[in-house]
Amino acid sequence: MSDTRFDRAPGDSPASSRTESKALSDVGIYTIGLALAVALTAISFWVANTSLLWAPGVLLGLAVLAIAQMGVHLVFFLHITTGPDSTNNVLALALGVLIVVLVAAGSIFIMANLSETMMPPPDLMTMPMRH
Amino acid sequence: MDTAVMVDEANIKGTPDASAAGPASKRIVVAYGFWIFLLSDVVMFSALFASYAVLVRATADGPAGDELFNQMSVAIETACLLASSYTCGLMSLAVNARRSAVVYLFAVVTFVLGAAFLNLEIHEFAAMIARGATPQRSAFLSAFFTLVGCHGLHVTAGLVWLAVMMAQVAIKGFRPNIERRLLCFALFWHTLDIVWVWLFTVVYLMGVRS
Repeated sequence: MSDTRFDRAPGDSPASSRTESKALSDVGIYTIGLALAVALTAISFWVANTSLLWAPGVLLGLAVLAIAQMGVHLVFFLHITTGPDSTNNVLALALGVLIVVLVAAGSIFIMANLSETMMPPPDLMTMPMRH
Repeated sequence: MDTAVMVDEANIKGTPDASAAGPASKRIVVAYGFWIFLLSDVVMFSALFASYAVLVRATADGPAGDELFNQMSVAIETACLLASSYTCGLMSLAVNARRSAVVYLFAVVTFVLGAAFLNLEIHEFAAMIARGATPQRSAFLSAFFTLVGCHGLHVTAGLVWLAVMMAQVAIKGFRPNIERRLLCFALFWHTLDIVWVWLFTVVYLMGVRS
């Protein structure tokens, strides 16, 4: 009985369990991931501190860079792939991402809307959110 | 469609389908269960991120993020954690190759880098508390210490776990159950690094900008 019918354990690299001759060694995969992560981190720090970029777009740009780096970590460090043996791992991840997005974006949207509609009259504006 | 084709090909070759083949190996089941746990842990972090994002402006006339955060120390912390994630990956490869000397080497490097991260973070917290920016000061600081402190506690737990695993490798060797635990540790450590990516982006970099 071959175990190729089963899903791969999350974190196990496909190269170690499958064909021996791969274009890239396992160390090479981790090293590419490290290089990409370092580059994305450096760009994030540069974007946050530069005055060259259009200021209102910087927050969105930082979020995009963080999503990209999360993808790099998932693919190169956690070995989450699109292959059929990784479907269960990807599905669990998709559910996690869905809940994270609902919780984070939902809270921010609802609370921003609340503070907008509950805007105090002008004379109270000098003491916002004092506890 | 690809999967259906693969299933058909497998049936032609005579391999049993998934239901007939019986349960998956323990390594797959354990790692998958731990993966589910990690995702639930990430969901918990998302709640802390959400409360931080909601409360970030509620400084109660106290210090805001841009006066408190030192980007240099954040950059060094990020470098430490990223490098330790890399050495943790190399440690996993050495575990798969059963080269215990290499495993110990990368475990020590991972531990030292994680401890350096924790040391910097504790100094940062101590400096903030020394200048009056305590968790009691404002809702923003409560949310900050909860979010960043929770990640710091996870790193602390990871360091303890790594030390325990090295003792188990030394005493018990590369048994299948030890290898499963090492796989779970690697998953845990890489996931903490993903949480840190969002932490330094949302808390430190966006905090400096706004």
